[in-house]
Amino acid sequence: MTLAAATNESLANLSNTLIYSAMAVYTLAFFAYIAEWLFGSRSKVARTAAALTPGKAGAQAGPAVTVQKAGGTAVLERPQVTVRAQAGARDVPDGPGAHGGTEKGDLYGRIAISLTVLAFLLEFGGVLARALSVERAPWGNMYEFNITFSTVAVGTYLVLLALKKNVRWIGLFLITTVLLDLGLAVTVLYTASDQLVPALHSYWLYIHVSTAIFCGAVFYLAAVSTVLYLFRDSYENKLARGGKPGRFASSVLERLPAAASLDKFSYRINAAAFPLWTFTIVAGAIWAGDAWGRYWGWDPKEVWSFITWVAYACYLHARATAGWKGRKAAYLALAAFGCWLFNYYGVNIFVSGKHSYADVGLGALQAVGF
Amino acid sequence: MSKTTTSAPEGQEKGPEKGPEKGQDADQDLGAAGSQLSTAPREEAPNLPALGVIGWIRWFWRQLTSMRVALLLLLLLSLAAIPGSLIPQTGIDATKVEDFREQHTTLAPLYDKLGLFNVYSSVWFSAIYILLFVSLIGCIVPRTWQFVGQLRGRPPAAPKRLTRLPAHTTWRTGAKPEEVRQAALEIVKQRRFRAHVAGDAVAAEKGYLREAGNLAFHIALIVLLIAFGWGQLFKSEGNKLIVEGDGFANILSQYDDFKSGSLFHNDDLEPFSFDLENFTGTYETSGPNKGTPRVYQAELTYSEGAYGKERRTTVEVNEPLEVGDAKVYLVSHGYAPVVTVRDGKGEIVYQDAVPLLPLDGNVTSSGVVKVMDGYKNAKGKSEQLGFNLFFLPTYGGGTMLSQFPALVNPMLAVSAYHGDLGVNSGIPQSVYQLDKKHLKEFKDDKGELLKKQLKPGDTLTLPDGAGSITFEREVREWAGFQVVQEPGGGWALAGAVIAILGLSGSLFIQRRRVWVRATEGPDGVTVVEMAGLGRSESAKVPEELGELAAILYEKAPGAPDADDPSESPVPAEGSDHK
Repeated sequence: MTLAAATNESLANLSNTLIYSAMAVYTLAFFAYIAEWLFGSRSKVARTAAALTPGKAGAQAGPAVTVQKAGGTAVLERPQVTVRAQAGARDVPDGPGAHGGTEKGDLYGRIAISLTVLAFLLEFGGVLARALSVERAPWGNMYEFNITFSTVAVGTYLVLLALKKNVRWIGLFLITTVLLDLGLAVTVLYTASDQLVPALHSYWLYIHVSTAIFCGAVFYLAAVSTVLYLFRDSYENKLARGGKPGRFASSVLERLPAAASLDKFSYRINAAAFPLWTFTIVAGAIWAGDAWGRYWGWDPKEVWSFITWVAYACYLHARATAGWKGRKAAYLALAAFGCWLFNYYGVNIFVSGKHSYADVGLGALQAVGF
Repeated sequence: MSKTTTSAPEGQEKGPEKGPEKGQDADQDLGAAGSQLSTAPREEAPNLPALGVIGWIRWFWRQLTSMRVALLLLLLLSLAAIPGSLIPQTGIDATKVEDFREQHTTLAPLYDKLGLFNVYSSVWFSAIYILLFVSLIGCIVPRTWQFVGQLRGRPPAAPKRLTRLPAHTTWRTGAKPEEVRQAALEIVKQRRFRAHVAGDAVAAEKGYLREAGNLAFHIALIVLLIAFGWGQLFKSEGNKLIVEGDGFANILSQYDDFKSGSLFHNDDLEPFSFDLENFTGTYETSGPNKGTPRVYQAELTYSEGAYGKERRTTVEVNEPLEVGDAKVYLVSHGYAPVVTVRDGKGEIVYQDAVPLLPLDGNVTSSGVVKVMDGYKNAKGKSEQLGFNLFFLPTYGGGTMLSQFPALVNPMLAVSAYHGDLGVNSGIPQSVYQLDKKHLKEFKDDKGELLKKQLKPGDTLTLPDGAGSITFEREVREWAGFQVVQEPGGGWALAGAVIAILGLSGSLFIQRRRVWVRATEGPDGVTVVEMAGLGRSESAKVPEELGELAAILYEKAPGAPDADDPSESPVPAEGSDHK
């Protein structure tokens, strides 16, 4: 064995160790998030209920209520800008977050985020070591795709946190699926570190696959937010109708941002990722033109990325169409993410096409991500 | 992607405390100020059409170009694309379709009728996307005119009550109203707003690129579709297998197989020729992925036109050779062992490299040798010979499956036939298979089919002085090339690039209006009012208004308040929009 090969082997082993360590730390973070939610449930604040239940104080707050903007109050020598809620919009305050305003919950939440940062660094190191060990972009098979996917998803979450966006509430839901994703990666999808088949020798691999992973990761964040929107929206609707939601539902949903905020969050992410997804498909088409002699040939992977694209286009249109905005558009967003997910797992596993660079003897599961 | 309505009533079923009529009130307050912030068509309640053909046509057209129907067509399009990914398609893999037909004898005819083997060229799929694009054009054309009108016009004048706008601010200043308006005009123009003074207020608007991007995106989609369709009509695609040392000229008769779009003409073929000098394939030699290809490389000399200069180049999997409109792709490879056939007198009747087709990832291959003429049997009678070849680049002993794709321990298994190959019957037949109808087997001592495993240099002697077949110590490689000519690629790429740029513009740019009103109050002090309106509720609009106000405030500093508490805003309880 040559020296270079030995280095690569030890790097590959280091990568595996780092991925397992990251999983361990994510698990600790998971428990910390659970603790945050548990301690937060002691909070008795029910602002949503207060804002929506008829007869209670504040219920009569009409659309004419004005809200002071921070931009006006922060600078003294400056006229204050008053903001008027959009006509017809429900004026519900965002929940306090998983900790529910309790000090102990907040403490565990902060611990959870610190652990998430640590796990992210470990996982990032794992992906990097993997890339160095194979001397190429670490996106050659589903295992590598999965570990990069969760790294990007968590990284995006941390960046949004660092930008002081209101995203802390997504932590538990994100980390749960990150653990699932990594579990799947190390058990079912694991592929020993290796070079690429000639078909993947192209700089388009860096362009096409990296954007595909990034889009998937942020679409995922938006999908989580959409699911929570649906729950939170029916919770608010129930309260507004004068119904009484269950104690568990109240406890959890009360702490989430308002339905309108969740909806806006997922819309912004989807809208931002949509041009990038378009670019991913176009880059893939250009690559296909170089590799297969046609830029579009209705290969299953192409078909499903097209379906995903159309589904997100539906969502963006629906959100601007009377009668479709709100819940119906949210269902469309979930369907669109479902298409993305099927394009990744379903097409790789159940459908054979030009994107399956199956490794000899190891079967379809080893097929390349995108 | 914003075929939005700006003036549709908001907030249906959004809680009992706010009736929809309130929302409508608010919109009417804005008057013309809120209009045409987008060129989106108004949503109309479906009315029963007046009787008459024109009425129906108009109704149908209005339905088709409505957002709702466009949305349904989009949904339908995504659903209709699904079967094509799950059912084998003739255009992608015809042999798979044949397999499917054999396995599903009841289902296949039904699929045939529904066009499920050709989903993407089927009537129903075409109908959906054509309707969608008609709907799109029906939507874009009026919107483009409207947008041009908006560009030629000026931002609408300030509404009467600026306080009712989503973002609003006001202060009193000692400066004169005209000075304030002039200062405000300069400030917003510096920030690249389109602005003018209308009455007692400055009206300014920015973010036209949103609508421009939106229109560009949708138009680019149409360009993309037309370019794709054009390419399909004039496309040609042919395959050619070339053994090392052989060549190819780009004329129709040279292709092994060839297909083309319905408007393609033979004269459209780009004139060029090339020779395959050398093919290199390397494979992973150890580890779990042993045998996985690592490098495929074909070295060519080629010349453009009939008498072009010879040039050398290398074609790899992702790097086709481009000659004019045509691209030459490396798509497959295999082995061509050199075989010599001699007659009973020892004279060579056949000697050639025989290209064999790979059967698996380790290039276990099969093929045939057909000796068509020049052979006379032991009795001196003309006859034809046929040999079935089975080739293993790496024979591991035991199974007749190759153990590795490279030439490590080559072995050629041969079985022999004689008689009539059936090639003169006029029916085209495969060069990789024997038609055994009129062939007789050569028999071994036990009376069974004569066959032998040959190492390089070995010979199989045919019985009764019928001759011999030798596996020479030479195995050449062959490469399969696909030559594709698809016009319109440049247009499609341009369409795609414009689509992405337009899409980014339409999603990331916010179109917004700002008004600055300066009037003299009853006490002689100037009252400045500023308000902002965006197409959607966004935190950016008030932020920007705050910045503009801060700049204007420096030029028109505040004057002491009059006793007018009614104008000051009341913060809502517990609301934090940030």
